[in-house]
Amino acid sequence: MNILFWIIIVPGILVLGLVASWIVRKVSALVQWRVGPPLFQPAYDVMKLMGKEILIPQDAQRTVFLTAPLVGLAGTLLLSLMLWRITVAQTAFVGDIIVAIYLMVLPSLALILGSSASASPHASIGTGREMKLVMGYELPLVLAFVVVVIKTAGSVGPGEQLSLAAIAQQTPAFSISGMLAFLAALLCVQAKLGFVPFDIAEAETELGSGVLMEYSGALLAAWKLMHALMLVALPFFLVMVFLGGFHATLPPAELGIPVVIAALMVFAGTRLLAARSKFMDVLSLLIFIGLCVWLGLGKYVLILVLLILIKNTNPRLRIDQAMKFFWVYCGIALVAAIILASIGYYYDIHWL
Amino acid sequence: MSLKMWSLKKSVWVFHVNVGACNNCDIEVVNMLTPKYDVERFGIKLVGSPRHADALLVTGVGTHQAVIRLREVYRQTAKPCVVFLIGACACGTGIFKGGYHVAGPVDEIIREVDPDAIIAYVPGCPPKPEAMISGVVKVLSAL
Repeated sequence: MNILFWIIIVPGILVLGLVASWIVRKVSALVQWRVGPPLFQPAYDVMKLMGKEILIPQDAQRTVFLTAPLVGLAGTLLLSLMLWRITVAQTAFVGDIIVAIYLMVLPSLALILGSSASASPHASIGTGREMKLVMGYELPLVLAFVVVVIKTAGSVGPGEQLSLAAIAQQTPAFSISGMLAFLAALLCVQAKLGFVPFDIAEAETELGSGVLMEYSGALLAAWKLMHALMLVALPFFLVMVFLGGFHATLPPAELGIPVVIAALMVFAGTRLLAARSKFMDVLSLLIFIGLCVWLGLGKYVLILVLLILIKNTNPRLRIDQAMKFFWVYCGIALVAAIILASIGYYYDIHWL
Repeated sequence: MSLKMWSLKKSVWVFHVNVGACNNCDIEVVNMLTPKYDVERFGIKLVGSPRHADALLVTGVGTHQAVIRLREVYRQTAKPCVVFLIGACACGTGIFKGGYHVAGPVDEIIREVDPDAIIAYVPGCPPKPEAMISGVVKVLSAL
Protein backbone atom coordinates (compact mmCIF):
# COMPACT_ATOMS: atom_id res chain seq x y z
CA MET A 1 0.00 0.00 0.00
CA ASN A 2 2.76 2.38 0.97
CA ILE A 3 4.86 1.59 -2.10
CA LEU A 4 1.80 1.92 -4.34
CA PHE A 5 1.18 5.34 -2.83
CA TRP A 6 4.69 6.55 -3.71
CA ILE A 7 4.35 5.12 -7.23
CA ILE A 8 1.10 6.92 -8.04
CA ILE A 9 2.11 10.20 -6.43
CA VAL A 10 4.06 11.65 -9.40
CA PRO A 11 1.29 11.15 -11.98
CA GLY A 12 -1.11 12.25 -9.23
CA ILE A 13 0.67 15.58 -8.84
CA LEU A 14 0.70 16.05 -12.62
CA VAL A 15 -3.05 15.35 -12.82
CA LEU A 16 -3.67 17.78 -9.95
CA GLY A 17 -1.64 20.41 -11.81
CA LEU A 18 -3.65 19.93 -14.99
CA VAL A 19 -6.92 20.17 -13.02
CA ALA A 20 -5.63 23.37 -11.38
CA SER A 21 -4.82 24.93 -14.75
CA TRP A 22 -8.32 23.93 -15.94
CA ILE A 23 -9.77 25.70 -12.86
CA VAL A 24 -7.78 28.83 -13.80
CA ARG A 25 -9.16 28.84 -17.33
CA LYS A 26 -12.71 27.92 -16.29
CA VAL A 27 -12.97 30.56 -13.55
CA SER A 28 -11.48 33.18 -15.91
CA ALA A 29 -14.14 32.20 -18.44
CA LEU A 30 -16.90 32.51 -15.84
CA VAL A 31 -15.61 35.97 -14.84
CA GLN A 32 -15.80 36.97 -18.52
CA TRP A 33 -19.34 35.52 -18.81
CA ARG A 34 -18.27 32.62 -21.07
CA VAL A 35 -18.66 28.84 -20.86
CA GLY A 36 -14.96 28.04 -20.95
CA PRO A 37 -12.96 24.95 -21.88
CA PRO A 38 -13.87 21.35 -20.99
CA LEU A 39 -12.20 19.58 -18.04
CA PHE A 40 -9.68 17.69 -20.17
CA GLN A 41 -8.55 20.76 -22.17
CA PRO A 42 -5.12 21.15 -20.47
CA ALA A 43 -4.50 17.42 -21.00
CA TYR A 44 -5.46 17.71 -24.70
CA ASP A 45 -3.11 20.69 -25.04
CA VAL A 46 -0.17 18.78 -23.57
CA MET A 47 -0.95 15.68 -25.68
CA LYS A 48 -1.11 17.76 -28.84
CA LEU A 49 2.14 19.58 -28.07
CA MET A 50 3.87 16.22 -27.51
CA GLY A 51 2.94 15.21 -31.07
CA LYS A 52 4.16 18.42 -32.73
CA GLU A 53 7.43 19.18 -34.42
CA ILE A 54 10.26 20.62 -32.29
CA LEU A 55 11.81 23.61 -34.03
CA ILE A 56 15.21 24.85 -32.86
CA PRO A 57 16.29 28.30 -34.05
CA GLN A 58 19.46 28.33 -36.16
CA ASP A 59 21.41 30.65 -33.85
CA ALA A 60 20.18 29.12 -30.60
CA GLN A 61 22.53 27.66 -28.00
CA ARG A 62 21.18 24.14 -28.47
CA THR A 63 22.19 22.46 -25.20
CA VAL A 64 20.80 25.17 -22.94
CA PHE A 65 17.73 25.62 -25.14
CA LEU A 66 16.89 21.91 -24.90
CA THR A 67 17.71 21.31 -21.23
CA ALA A 68 16.19 24.46 -19.67
CA PRO A 69 12.53 23.25 -19.76
CA LEU A 70 13.56 19.93 -18.21
CA VAL A 71 15.51 21.69 -15.44
CA GLY A 72 12.48 23.86 -14.68
CA LEU A 73 10.11 20.87 -14.72
CA ALA A 74 12.42 18.82 -12.51
CA GLY A 75 12.77 21.65 -9.99
CA THR A 76 9.02 22.15 -9.68
CA LEU A 77 8.40 18.41 -9.45
CA LEU A 78 10.97 18.16 -6.66
CA LEU A 79 9.30 21.06 -4.82
CA SER A 80 5.84 19.50 -5.08
CA LEU A 81 7.17 16.10 -3.97
CA MET A 82 8.84 17.72 -0.96
CA LEU A 83 5.63 19.50 0.02
CA TRP A 84 3.61 16.29 -0.41
CA ARG A 85 6.09 14.36 1.68
CA ILE A 86 5.83 16.87 4.50
CA THR A 87 2.02 16.95 4.27
CA VAL A 88 1.17 13.29 3.80
CA ALA A 89 4.08 11.31 5.22
CA GLN A 90 4.84 13.87 7.95
CA THR A 91 8.55 13.47 7.33
CA ALA A 92 10.65 16.61 7.21
CA PHE A 93 14.13 17.88 7.89
CA VAL A 94 15.30 21.08 9.59
CA GLY A 95 15.88 23.89 7.11
CA ASP A 96 13.50 22.55 4.45
CA ILE A 97 11.93 26.00 4.14
CA ILE A 98 15.28 27.26 2.76
CA VAL A 99 15.47 24.35 0.29
CA ALA A 100 11.92 25.18 -0.79
CA ILE A 101 12.85 28.84 -1.36
CA TYR A 102 15.78 27.73 -3.54
CA LEU A 103 13.62 25.28 -5.50
CA MET A 104 11.03 28.01 -6.09
CA VAL A 105 13.63 30.13 -7.91
CA LEU A 106 14.54 27.26 -10.23
CA PRO A 107 11.60 27.65 -12.69
CA SER A 108 12.29 31.36 -13.20
CA LEU A 109 15.99 30.63 -13.58
CA ALA A 110 15.28 27.94 -16.16
CA LEU A 111 12.97 30.33 -18.00
CA ILE A 112 15.70 32.98 -18.09
CA LEU A 113 18.31 30.46 -19.33
CA GLY A 114 16.04 28.93 -21.95
CA SER A 115 14.79 32.18 -23.40
CA SER A 116 18.21 33.83 -23.50
CA ALA A 117 19.53 30.75 -25.33
CA SER A 118 16.83 30.98 -27.99
CA ALA A 119 18.40 33.85 -29.98
CA SER A 120 15.20 35.80 -30.47
CA PRO A 121 14.88 39.56 -29.93
CA HIS A 122 11.41 39.22 -28.42
CA ALA A 123 12.61 36.49 -26.08
CA SER A 124 15.62 38.56 -25.02
CA ILE A 125 13.37 41.48 -24.00
CA GLY A 126 11.30 38.93 -22.09
CA THR A 127 14.46 37.59 -20.43
CA GLY A 128 15.47 41.04 -19.21
CA ARG A 129 12.02 41.64 -17.78
CA GLU A 130 11.92 38.22 -16.11
CA MET A 131 15.32 38.90 -14.47
CA LYS A 132 14.14 42.25 -13.12
CA LEU A 133 10.92 40.67 -11.90
CA VAL A 134 12.83 37.91 -10.08
CA MET A 135 15.00 40.53 -8.40
CA GLY A 136 11.85 42.44 -7.51
CA TYR A 137 9.84 39.71 -5.82
CA GLU A 138 12.51 37.53 -4.22
CA LEU A 139 13.32 40.05 -1.47
CA PRO A 140 9.69 40.59 -0.31
CA LEU A 141 9.07 36.83 -0.44
CA VAL A 142 12.04 36.06 1.82
CA LEU A 143 11.08 38.93 4.16
CA ALA A 144 7.56 37.50 4.40
CA PHE A 145 9.02 34.14 5.45
CA VAL A 146 11.21 35.94 8.00
CA VAL A 147 8.02 37.37 9.52
CA VAL A 148 6.60 33.85 9.78
CA VAL A 149 9.78 32.52 11.39
CA ILE A 150 9.67 35.31 14.00
CA LYS A 151 5.94 34.77 14.63
CA THR A 152 6.28 31.03 15.14
CA ALA A 153 9.64 31.10 16.95
CA GLY A 154 8.04 30.92 20.37
CA SER A 155 5.62 28.13 19.58
CA VAL A 156 7.76 25.51 17.80
CA GLY A 157 10.36 23.32 19.46
CA PRO A 158 14.01 24.39 19.76
CA GLY A 159 16.00 23.88 16.57
CA GLU A 160 12.81 23.61 14.50
CA GLN A 161 12.36 27.29 13.63
CA LEU A 162 13.21 26.61 9.98
CA SER A 163 11.28 23.37 9.64
CA LEU A 164 8.24 23.59 7.39
CA ALA A 165 6.48 20.70 9.15
CA ALA A 166 6.70 22.55 12.48
CA ILE A 167 5.65 25.90 10.98
CA ALA A 168 2.68 24.22 9.26
CA GLN A 169 1.19 23.47 12.70
CA GLN A 170 0.83 27.24 13.36
CA THR A 171 -1.40 29.84 11.69
CA PRO A 172 0.63 33.06 11.58
CA ALA A 173 -1.87 34.68 9.17
CA PHE A 174 -4.26 35.34 12.09
CA SER A 175 -2.30 38.39 13.30
CA ILE A 176 -1.56 41.86 11.95
CA SER A 177 2.03 41.18 10.90
CA GLY A 178 1.19 37.70 9.64
CA MET A 179 -1.67 39.02 7.49
CA LEU A 180 0.58 41.73 5.99
CA ALA A 181 3.21 39.10 5.19
CA PHE A 182 0.57 36.75 3.73
CA LEU A 183 -0.79 39.43 1.38
CA ALA A 184 2.72 40.37 0.20
CA ALA A 185 3.63 36.71 -0.34
CA LEU A 186 0.37 36.16 -2.26
CA LEU A 187 1.33 38.94 -4.69
CA CYS A 188 4.87 37.51 -4.98
CA VAL A 189 3.34 34.15 -5.90
CA GLN A 190 1.18 35.95 -8.47
CA ALA A 191 4.40 37.28 -10.02
CA LYS A 192 6.11 33.87 -9.80
CA LEU A 193 3.22 32.29 -11.70
CA GLY A 194 3.37 35.05 -14.31
CA PHE A 195 -0.28 35.96 -13.79
CA VAL A 196 -1.71 39.14 -15.16
CA PRO A 197 -0.62 42.20 -13.25
CA PHE A 198 2.88 40.68 -13.45
CA ASP A 199 2.83 38.80 -16.78
CA ILE A 200 5.38 41.35 -17.99
CA ALA A 201 7.84 38.74 -19.27
CA GLU A 202 5.25 36.88 -21.34
CA ALA A 203 3.18 39.86 -22.45
CA GLU A 204 1.09 38.13 -25.15
CA THR A 205 0.06 41.33 -26.88
CA GLU A 206 3.40 43.14 -27.16
CA LEU A 207 6.12 40.46 -27.09
CA GLY A 208 4.31 37.58 -28.77
CA SER A 209 4.85 35.23 -25.88
CA GLY A 210 8.13 36.77 -24.72
CA VAL A 211 10.22 34.17 -22.93
CA LEU A 212 8.42 31.19 -24.50
CA MET A 213 8.43 32.64 -28.02
CA GLU A 214 10.77 30.15 -29.72
CA TYR A 215 9.63 26.99 -27.96
CA SER A 216 7.47 24.48 -29.77
CA GLY A 217 6.29 20.90 -29.49
CA ALA A 218 7.37 18.75 -26.56
CA LEU A 219 9.58 21.50 -25.09
CA LEU A 220 6.59 23.85 -24.89
CA ALA A 221 4.63 21.00 -23.32
CA ALA A 222 7.35 20.77 -20.64
CA TRP A 223 6.94 24.49 -19.93
CA LYS A 224 3.16 24.10 -19.74
CA LEU A 225 3.50 21.15 -17.34
CA MET A 226 5.95 23.17 -15.24
CA HIS A 227 3.45 25.99 -15.01
CA ALA A 228 0.67 23.54 -14.10
CA LEU A 229 2.84 22.08 -11.33
CA MET A 230 3.66 25.55 -10.02
CA LEU A 231 -0.09 26.14 -9.74
CA VAL A 232 -0.13 23.27 -7.24
CA ALA A 233 3.16 23.79 -5.44
CA LEU A 234 3.16 27.54 -4.78
CA PRO A 235 -0.36 27.86 -3.25
CA PHE A 236 0.40 24.65 -1.26
CA PHE A 237 3.52 26.32 0.08
CA LEU A 238 1.53 29.43 1.07
CA VAL A 239 -1.06 27.28 2.84
CA MET A 240 1.64 25.45 4.76
CA VAL A 241 3.58 28.57 5.75
CA PHE A 242 0.74 30.98 6.54
CA LEU A 243 -2.56 29.15 6.95
CA GLY A 244 -1.64 26.21 9.15
CA GLY A 245 -1.15 23.54 6.52
CA PHE A 246 -3.39 20.58 5.82
CA HIS A 247 -3.40 19.20 9.35
CA ALA A 248 -6.31 16.91 8.60
CA THR A 249 -3.93 15.21 6.10
CA LEU A 250 -5.54 12.21 4.46
CA PRO A 251 -8.58 10.65 6.10
CA PRO A 252 -8.21 7.04 7.23
CA ALA A 253 -8.59 4.78 4.22
CA GLU A 254 -11.54 2.78 5.53
CA LEU A 255 -13.51 6.05 5.87
CA GLY A 256 -12.13 8.13 3.02
CA ILE A 257 -12.22 5.72 0.11
CA PRO A 258 -15.98 4.88 0.33
CA VAL A 259 -16.80 8.61 0.53
CA VAL A 260 -14.66 9.39 -2.54
CA ILE A 261 -16.19 6.50 -4.47
CA ALA A 262 -19.71 7.57 -3.47
CA ALA A 263 -19.05 11.15 -4.59
CA LEU A 264 -17.61 10.00 -7.91
CA MET A 265 -20.51 7.59 -8.48
CA VAL A 266 -23.11 10.25 -7.79
CA PHE A 267 -21.28 12.70 -10.03
CA ALA A 268 -20.79 10.20 -12.88
CA GLY A 269 -24.33 8.90 -12.51
CA THR A 270 -25.88 12.32 -12.96
CA ARG A 271 -23.73 12.92 -16.03
CA LEU A 272 -24.06 9.50 -17.69
CA LEU A 273 -27.79 9.01 -17.24
CA ALA A 274 -28.37 12.62 -18.28
CA ALA A 275 -30.62 12.75 -15.25
CA ARG A 276 -29.77 16.36 -14.51
CA SER A 277 -31.91 16.58 -11.41
CA LYS A 278 -31.14 19.58 -9.22
CA PHE A 279 -31.15 17.36 -6.12
CA MET A 280 -28.39 15.04 -7.38
CA ASP A 281 -26.27 17.97 -8.56
CA VAL A 282 -26.56 19.69 -5.22
CA LEU A 283 -25.85 16.41 -3.41
CA SER A 284 -22.64 15.72 -5.38
CA LEU A 285 -21.57 19.35 -4.93
CA LEU A 286 -22.13 19.09 -1.17
CA ILE A 287 -20.14 15.86 -0.97
CA PHE A 288 -17.34 17.49 -2.97
CA ILE A 289 -17.29 20.58 -0.72
CA GLY A 290 -17.34 18.39 2.37
CA LEU A 291 -14.41 16.42 1.03
CA CYS A 292 -12.48 19.65 0.33
CA VAL A 293 -13.07 20.95 3.85
CA TRP A 294 -12.18 17.60 5.37
CA LEU A 295 -8.90 17.35 3.51
CA GLY A 296 -8.07 20.99 4.20
CA LEU A 297 -8.10 21.50 0.44
CA GLY A 298 -10.49 24.40 0.94
CA LYS A 299 -7.54 26.64 1.84
CA TYR A 300 -5.79 25.70 -1.39
CA VAL A 301 -8.91 26.42 -3.46
CA LEU A 302 -9.32 29.75 -1.63
CA ILE A 303 -5.78 30.86 -2.53
CA LEU A 304 -6.17 29.66 -6.13
CA VAL A 305 -9.43 31.57 -6.58
CA LEU A 306 -7.88 34.71 -5.02
CA LEU A 307 -5.00 34.48 -7.52
CA ILE A 308 -7.43 34.02 -10.43
CA LEU A 309 -9.59 36.96 -9.37
CA ILE A 310 -6.55 39.25 -9.07
CA LYS A 311 -5.52 37.97 -12.52
CA ASN A 312 -8.86 38.80 -14.09
CA THR A 313 -9.47 42.22 -12.60
CA ASN A 314 -6.15 43.94 -13.24
CA PRO A 315 -4.28 45.34 -16.22
CA ARG A 316 -0.62 44.52 -16.83
CA LEU A 317 1.94 46.68 -15.02
CA ARG A 318 5.09 48.07 -16.62
CA ILE A 319 8.31 46.52 -15.33
CA ASP A 320 9.35 49.70 -13.46
CA GLN A 321 5.92 49.90 -11.80
CA ALA A 322 6.23 46.26 -10.73
CA MET A 323 9.73 46.82 -9.30
CA LYS A 324 8.53 49.90 -7.42
CA PHE A 325 5.53 47.97 -6.12
CA PHE A 326 7.65 45.12 -4.76
CA TRP A 327 10.58 47.08 -3.40
CA VAL A 328 8.89 50.22 -2.07
CA TYR A 329 5.32 49.29 -1.10
CA CYS A 330 5.79 45.60 -0.25
CA GLY A 331 9.18 46.38 1.31
CA ILE A 332 7.76 49.05 3.66
CA ALA A 333 4.80 46.85 4.59
CA LEU A 334 7.09 43.91 5.36
CA VAL A 335 9.59 45.95 7.40
CA ALA A 336 6.61 47.17 9.44
CA ALA A 337 5.43 43.58 9.77
CA ILE A 338 8.86 42.42 10.96
CA ILE A 339 8.97 45.20 13.59
CA LEU A 340 5.42 44.35 14.74
CA ALA A 341 6.23 40.64 14.89
CA SER A 342 9.41 41.31 16.90
CA ILE A 343 7.52 43.52 19.38
CA GLY A 344 4.80 40.88 19.61
CA TYR A 345 7.39 38.17 20.25
CA TYR A 346 9.27 40.23 22.84
CA TYR A 347 6.19 41.27 24.85
CA ASP A 348 4.29 38.04 24.10
CA ILE A 349 1.36 39.68 22.28
CA HIS A 350 -0.01 37.08 19.87
CA TRP A 351 -2.32 39.23 17.75
CA LEU A 352 0.40 41.70 16.77
CA MET B 1 -6.85 8.09 -36.83
CA SER B 2 -3.61 8.69 -35.00
CA LEU B 3 -3.46 10.07 -31.48
CA LYS B 4 -1.51 13.02 -32.87
CA MET B 5 -4.31 14.21 -35.15
CA TRP B 6 -7.02 13.41 -32.60
CA SER B 7 -5.41 15.63 -29.97
CA LEU B 8 -4.74 18.31 -32.60
CA LYS B 9 -8.48 18.47 -33.28
CA LYS B 10 -9.22 18.86 -29.59
CA SER B 11 -6.89 21.83 -29.13
CA VAL B 12 -6.33 24.22 -32.03
CA TRP B 13 -4.14 27.22 -31.29
CA VAL B 14 -4.41 29.85 -33.99
CA PHE B 15 -2.01 32.53 -35.18
CA HIS B 16 -3.32 35.44 -37.21
CA VAL B 17 -1.35 36.48 -40.31
CA ASN B 18 -2.34 39.55 -42.31
CA VAL B 19 -0.85 39.58 -45.80
CA GLY B 20 -2.41 42.77 -47.11
CA ALA B 21 -6.04 42.65 -46.00
CA CYS B 22 -8.25 45.74 -45.78
CA ASN B 23 -8.72 45.01 -42.03
CA ASN B 24 -12.31 43.89 -42.45
CA CYS B 25 -11.52 40.18 -42.17
CA ASP B 26 -9.16 40.92 -39.27
CA ILE B 27 -11.95 42.57 -37.33
CA GLU B 28 -14.16 39.54 -37.95
CA VAL B 29 -11.36 37.18 -36.87
CA VAL B 30 -10.98 39.12 -33.63
CA ASN B 31 -14.77 39.11 -33.31
CA MET B 32 -14.72 35.30 -33.49
CA LEU B 33 -12.37 35.20 -30.50
CA THR B 34 -14.58 37.36 -28.25
CA PRO B 35 -16.63 36.00 -25.31
CA LYS B 36 -19.79 36.09 -27.46
CA TYR B 37 -18.65 33.15 -29.61
CA ASP B 38 -16.35 31.70 -26.90
CA VAL B 39 -14.25 29.41 -29.11
CA GLU B 40 -12.24 28.32 -26.06
CA ARG B 41 -15.10 25.80 -25.57
CA PHE B 42 -13.54 23.88 -28.48
CA GLY B 43 -9.98 24.43 -27.32
CA ILE B 44 -9.34 27.20 -29.86
CA LYS B 45 -6.97 29.84 -28.51
CA LEU B 46 -5.13 32.80 -30.03
CA VAL B 47 -1.35 32.58 -29.55
CA GLY B 48 1.34 35.16 -30.15
CA SER B 49 3.97 33.08 -31.89
CA PRO B 50 3.77 30.87 -35.01
CA ARG B 51 5.91 28.28 -33.20
CA HIS B 52 3.00 27.61 -30.84
CA ALA B 53 0.37 27.61 -33.60
CA ASP B 54 -1.59 24.71 -35.07
CA ALA B 55 -3.55 26.86 -37.51
CA LEU B 56 -2.65 29.98 -39.44
CA LEU B 57 -5.54 32.35 -40.11
CA VAL B 58 -4.38 34.12 -43.27
CA THR B 59 -6.28 37.22 -44.37
CA GLY B 60 -5.53 39.44 -47.37
CA VAL B 61 -4.57 39.23 -50.98
CA GLY B 62 -0.86 38.43 -50.64
CA THR B 63 1.11 41.50 -51.66
CA HIS B 64 4.72 41.37 -52.89
CA GLN B 65 5.93 42.80 -49.58
CA ALA B 66 3.92 40.41 -47.44
CA VAL B 67 4.38 37.04 -49.14
CA ILE B 68 8.08 36.90 -48.14
CA ARG B 69 6.95 37.08 -44.50
CA LEU B 70 4.12 34.62 -45.14
CA ARG B 71 6.56 31.98 -46.44
CA GLU B 72 8.79 32.55 -43.41
CA VAL B 73 5.87 32.31 -40.98
CA TYR B 74 4.70 29.09 -42.63
CA ARG B 75 8.20 27.58 -42.32
CA GLN B 76 8.37 28.58 -38.66
CA THR B 77 5.04 26.99 -37.77
CA ALA B 78 5.42 23.63 -36.04
CA LYS B 79 3.94 20.87 -38.22
CA PRO B 80 1.33 19.38 -38.43
CA CYS B 81 -0.58 22.59 -39.04
CA VAL B 82 -3.62 23.77 -40.98
CA VAL B 83 -3.84 26.98 -43.02
CA PHE B 84 -7.15 28.81 -43.09
CA LEU B 85 -7.61 31.35 -45.86
CA ILE B 86 -10.16 33.82 -44.51
CA GLY B 87 -12.11 36.03 -46.91
CA ALA B 88 -12.50 36.43 -50.67
CA CYS B 89 -9.05 38.04 -51.14
CA ALA B 90 -7.14 35.22 -49.49
CA CYS B 91 -9.24 32.55 -51.24
CA GLY B 92 -8.52 33.81 -54.76
CA THR B 93 -7.34 37.45 -54.74
CA GLY B 94 -10.96 38.66 -55.14
CA ILE B 95 -11.43 42.08 -56.75
CA PHE B 96 -7.66 42.65 -56.78
CA LYS B 97 -7.09 39.88 -59.37
CA GLY B 98 -4.28 40.95 -61.70
CA GLY B 99 -3.37 44.00 -59.59
CA TYR B 100 0.19 45.30 -59.81
CA HIS B 101 0.79 44.67 -56.11
CA VAL B 102 -0.60 41.14 -56.03
CA ALA B 103 1.95 38.33 -55.81
CA GLY B 104 -0.58 35.64 -56.52
CA PRO B 105 -3.25 33.68 -54.70
CA VAL B 106 -2.13 32.86 -51.17
CA ASP B 107 -2.74 29.11 -51.56
CA GLU B 108 -0.24 28.89 -54.46
CA ILE B 109 2.37 30.72 -52.40
CA ILE B 110 1.96 28.30 -49.52
CA ARG B 111 2.05 25.29 -51.91
CA GLU B 112 5.41 26.57 -53.23
CA VAL B 113 6.82 26.18 -49.72
CA ASP B 114 5.06 22.93 -48.87
CA PRO B 115 3.15 21.01 -51.59
CA ASP B 116 1.37 18.89 -48.94
CA ALA B 117 0.00 21.80 -46.92
CA ILE B 118 -3.52 21.43 -45.54
CA ILE B 119 -5.38 24.49 -46.81
CA ALA B 120 -8.99 25.42 -46.02
CA TYR B 121 -10.99 28.21 -47.65
CA VAL B 122 -13.55 30.38 -45.87
CA PRO B 123 -15.01 32.75 -48.50
CA GLY B 124 -16.93 35.94 -47.79
CA CYS B 125 -16.25 39.65 -47.78
CA PRO B 126 -15.81 39.52 -44.83
CA PRO B 127 -16.92 36.04 -43.67
CA LYS B 128 -19.10 35.96 -40.58
CA PRO B 129 -17.64 34.46 -37.40
CA GLU B 130 -20.24 31.69 -37.72
CA ALA B 131 -18.86 30.89 -41.19
CA MET B 132 -15.33 30.70 -39.81
CA ILE B 133 -16.35 28.40 -36.96
CA SER B 134 -18.24 26.22 -39.44
CA GLY B 135 -15.13 26.12 -41.66
CA VAL B 136 -12.97 25.04 -38.73
CA VAL B 137 -15.46 22.31 -37.82
CA LYS B 138 -15.59 21.02 -41.42
CA VAL B 139 -11.81 20.89 -41.75
CA LEU B 140 -11.34 19.18 -38.41
CA SER B 141 -13.95 16.53 -39.20
CA ALA B 142 -12.32 15.93 -42.61
CA LEU B 143 -8.81 15.39 -41.18
